[in-house]
This record gives sequence, structure tokens and C-alpha cells, in this order.
Amino acid sequence: MAALFKARKALGLCVSGCRSLSSLAELPEMHQMMRQTCRDYADRELAPIAGKLDKEHLFPAQQVLGAMGVMAVEVPEELGGAGMDYLAYSLAVEEISRGCGSTGCVVSVNNSLYIGPILKFGTQEQKDQWITPFTTGEKVGCFALSEPGNGSDAGAASTLARQEGGEWVLNGTKAWISNCWDASATVVFATTDKSLKHKGISAFLVPMPHPGLSLGKKEDKLGIRATSTANLILEDCRIPLGNMLGPRGSGFKIAMQTLDGGRIGIASQALGIAQAALDGAADYAHKLTTFRAPIGKLQAVQFKLADMAVAVESARLLTWKAAMLKDANKPFTKEAAMAKLSASEVATFCGHRAIQVLGGMGYVTDMPAERHYRDARITEIYEGTSEIQRLVIAGQLLKEYVP
Amino acid sequence: MSRVLVGVKRVIDYAVKIRVKPDHSGVVTDGVKHSMNPFCEIAVEEAVKLKEKKFIKEVVAVSCGPTQVTETIRTALAMGCDRGIHVEVSGKDYEAMGPLQISKIFAALAKKEEASLVILGKQAIDDDCNQTGQMTAALLDWPQGTFASEVTIDGEKVKVVREIDGGLETIKISMPAVLTADLRLNTPRYATLPNIMKAKKKKIATMKPADLGVDMVSRVEVLRVDEPPTRLAGVKVETVDDLVAKLKANGTI
Repeated sequence: MAALFKARKALGLCVSGCRSLSSLAELPEMHQMMRQTCRDYADRELAPIAGKLDKEHLFPAQQVLGAMGVMAVEVPEELGGAGMDYLAYSLAVEEISRGCGSTGCVVSVNNSLYIGPILKFGTQEQKDQWITPFTTGEKVGCFALSEPGNGSDAGAASTLARQEGGEWVLNGTKAWISNCWDASATVVFATTDKSLKHKGISAFLVPMPHPGLSLGKKEDKLGIRATSTANLILEDCRIPLGNMLGPRGSGFKIAMQTLDGGRIGIASQALGIAQAALDGAADYAHKLTTFRAPIGKLQAVQFKLADMAVAVESARLLTWKAAMLKDANKPFTKEAAMAKLSASEVATFCGHRAIQVLGGMGYVTDMPAERHYRDARITEIYEGTSEIQRLVIAGQLLKEYVP
Repeated sequence: MSRVLVGVKRVIDYAVKIRVKPDHSGVVTDGVKHSMNPFCEIAVEEAVKLKEKKFIKEVVAVSCGPTQVTETIRTALAMGCDRGIHVEVSGKDYEAMGPLQISKIFAALAKKEEASLVILGKQAIDDDCNQTGQMTAALLDWPQGTFASEVTIDGEKVKVVREIDGGLETIKISMPAVLTADLRLNTPRYATLPNIMKAKKKKIATMKPADLGVDMVSRVEVLRVDEPPTRLAGVKVETVDDLVAKLKANGTI
């Protein structure tokens, strides 16, 4: 009997979150318009140059994206943003990523990882100084949490921050920082009180370039090659006391909450890449003729396309649900982790299958299929590996069943 | 120097592969992606630019058709138009709607709204009529600057550079006038996210053709719609003599 009540309660929680699902069948008009404008932009401006950006490791120019409002979707209008919700942001990142996976990464990092924590935890002064200039596309930000010694173990930050006079002095090295070579500011996490372990980490805002902050060599990556990834080295980097973000010791909490939202961004990026792979494969299935018919007539190809389509649509609905829960100020940690886990594995799956459908053409750089395959892979790793996502989901899930 | 009317037409998206209905009465439109006619986008862009340069105060986007056309009007609002007018036409009237009816509607609206300019796309990509602008000007007895690739306002006159078969023709016409936009007039802007948000608050008025005293009866009846015939492969010849012989053989010369 008790188990039945518990199950019904869990279902009730599900239903209340689901009330917003009635609009999943058709998005509100504004979201549709926004999705269309991002899609047009991606088709006309990004897709034609994405191959070049990838081959030559060129950072995509952000000005038009900034003017469109895509670099600061959730930021209120008074601060220079588009003033839209997280669902709109998810749609925007998906469409941009469909055109170019690297550009999708830049947009996601700027919105979720850089602007996100400042919007939530910053003072009005910090918001004016550190958000407004980053809404136009002229400047982008980055997020420095991972270190060479610890990626998933974010609570063990060995980057230290000590107070000296009227300044904070930061020392340490951060690794795998996306966008860093093109960024004008960063949110850095450093230990202020080692004895408090993960409760002794604080968040700081550091402008770039800045004395005491230097960048390591750009990593030569498998995919998302148009973005820069490198180490961030802090050597007696001095910043004013006012550059601490949020209360002292709240760094770990800020990082975790930021990554929750960031997961929806990365899930959206993965969806865009997966959709681009599916689009390419389906289009090719009509065009290539073998055994006297378009290959789309062969069940072997049809089954692959069907599997890809189901995978993408499922991951998309998970992502939208997570975004809608966040917009409704409801708990969304589990759903965001599910979305990121699902979408990233779907992206790799679709990238892989798309190459198979295209055959030899899928293996050469003349077609974008190989780029989607390479771009997709990172989504299973950054902003929380798939392993971490599983831990987060299991943790949240088990809480629902406590006797 | 106040108001510009811009016409926007909802058409099947240019990227869609068109299919003819099995009964050959028209093309398949159900479930097919629609968007704003590309030449109408250029017209909207020009009107919004004129407003930004402070030559005009207000841009009104107009579309005729069923409820779905309000999406097209909203896109125009998101590009920078100030308000919209939806002239409701549906069912048989909508299927039979053509340049004559539209131009009568626009002529009536131009007078009602006291417009200084009516800017339209040069033609729609579905019917390729290239008639609405010209008919509207004739009904209003206004000068027209069609196939415009450059528009400059000069006091009470408009200088229009027109793309014609022989090259470019520059004319100066007095306002009020009708202009139709050609491809190279400008590059339409993307509807930015902040503008999409602002468009939510802009008004779209609804009216019927009868309110404007326009009768929608069509003088044209579509008999049949067919796909273009499949293009047959050509034949390569070695010499001019061969070419002449072949042309004589199939009766061309």
C-alpha cells in the first residue's frame, strides 16, 4: 500500500512537470519564429563555412550572432540580452549547432557557463560590468573549473586564492578551458579555505588578458576545431576583492548549479549535430543510386535512418522537458543530466550511422558527415562526462525511493 | 512624410520540392513549409531602412489570406514594421485570389491609411505574376518604380534605379508612389531575438475585403496544373554540317 502511494506520488511529480508538455506537440509562436530565424542563419551563414572553420581552426565571428541576441538569450533586456526563456535558448543552440557544431559550443559556453553564474549569483554591479559587454558578440567569456589533476573531481580544486591587502591573489593551472584564446573574461574556481574541502572553493571573475594570467598552447582536437581549448595558468594573478562571485565558499555550489543549466545547452548542441548528421544521411539516401534504385529504398538504410530519427526525437523531448522545468523554477537536475547523457550518446550514434549510410563519401571531407562524427564525440565528455551524468541521475532517482 | 504600406505574401518555402496534386487542380500545400516571399522580405527591409533613416515614420505590414498569414505578418513585425493589417480571405476566395483582387485591396488601404509609399516585392515565387505592383499603381493613378535595385528619397520625389533588360534605368517619380523590390535592392536582416520579443506587443488589425469595398470575384479560372515536362537528354554532334543535318531531320529548320 505504502509502495503504491509512493509510486503515485512519484507519478504526480511527473504529471505536474508534464503539464507543460502539452505545448511540446507544437511550440509557442514566438519560439517557432525564433527557431526559424536561427535555422535560416545557420543554413545561410554557418553551414557553408563550417567545413572551412573546422579545417583551418578559425574562430567563428560572433558579431551577427550577438546582434541576433543569441549570445545572451536568457539575459534580461535591461542588461542587453534577448530576455527569452531556457527553452528558447535550447532551440537556438540546437539550430546554430546544426549549422556548425563549433559555433554551437561557443554560444553554449558564453550563455550557460559564463553568463549563467553571473546572472544568478552576481551583484548588480557585476552584472553590468561582466554581462552587458558580453551580449553583443564582441566579447565572449569562458569557464575555468577543470584542472590537470582533476576533471570530474571538481571538489578537489588545487588552484588557490589568498587574500593580500585589498586583493585576491590566484595561483594554479586550469585545463581544457573552451574558448579561452578568444575570451575576454573568465569565471575561475579556486580554493579559499583548504580545510573546508569542497565548501572552501570560491568563484572569481578575471578579465582577459590580465597580468598573472596566461594561456597554454591550443590543443589540437578531434572535433569542434573552430573553438580554442587550452590551459589557463594563474601565477600571482591579482584581482580586486569585488571580483569574487557569490559568497566565499559557495564556489562548488555555483559550479554545480551552473553545470546543471549548461547540460541543457550541451544537450542542445549534441541534438543539433545529431540532426545535421541525420539530415545529411536522409538526403543522401534519396540521391545515391545503387542496385538500380536510390539507397533509401533498401531496408538496411531505412532501419538506420529510423533508428537515428527515434533517437534524436527522444533526446530532444528530454532536453525540452529539462528546459521547461528550469523555466518553471522546478527541480531539473535529474532531467538535465538525462538530457545531456541521452543527447550526447545520440549524437555519437547518429554521427556513426550517418557515415555508414554515406559509405565512402562519409569518410571524406567533401561531405560534412565526418565532421559531425568528430564534433559529436566531445559532447559525451565535457560539462560532465557520461559517467558523471549516470551518477547524478542515479543519485536523484534513488532519493525518490527512500523508504 | 509619414506612412509606408508593405505587402507580405505567405508562399511555399523556396527550398521545398513542389508536388502537383493528383487531381491536377493545384499544388500540395497541406503540411508543406511556408514562409515569407523572398521579394517581400526585401520590400520589408527597404521600408524598415527608410524608417531608420528617418524618411518615414511608420511601416505597416499587410497580408491577405487565412489565419496562417498572421505568422508572416509577425515576421515582418519582428524585422521592424510597426503594426500589421490582416485582410481575411479564406476558402474558395483565397484559392482564386490573384493580383487584381490584391491590388484593389492595397489601393483601398493606401487611401485609407494615407500612405506615401506602397512597397511590394516585384513578384511572388509561387505564381510569378509580376502584376500586383503595377495594377496597384494604375488603380491609384500613382507613379510606379518597379524592379527597384536602389531607392533614394529626395524631398517629395523618389529616385529609383530599375533593373531592366538593357541594364539599369534611373527614374525620378513623385510621391505618393508604388515601388516593387528586385533582388539586389538590399539583403534582408534576420529577425533578431529581442525584436521577436518586441513583435509580440505590436498590433495586427483584422478586416475583410468587404470592409474596404473590394469584391473578390475572380475573372481567371485555373483549368489544370501540370509538372514541367521531363527534360530529355541532348545529342552531341561533331561538326556544324551534322548540326544542320540533324535540325533539318527533326523539322526545326
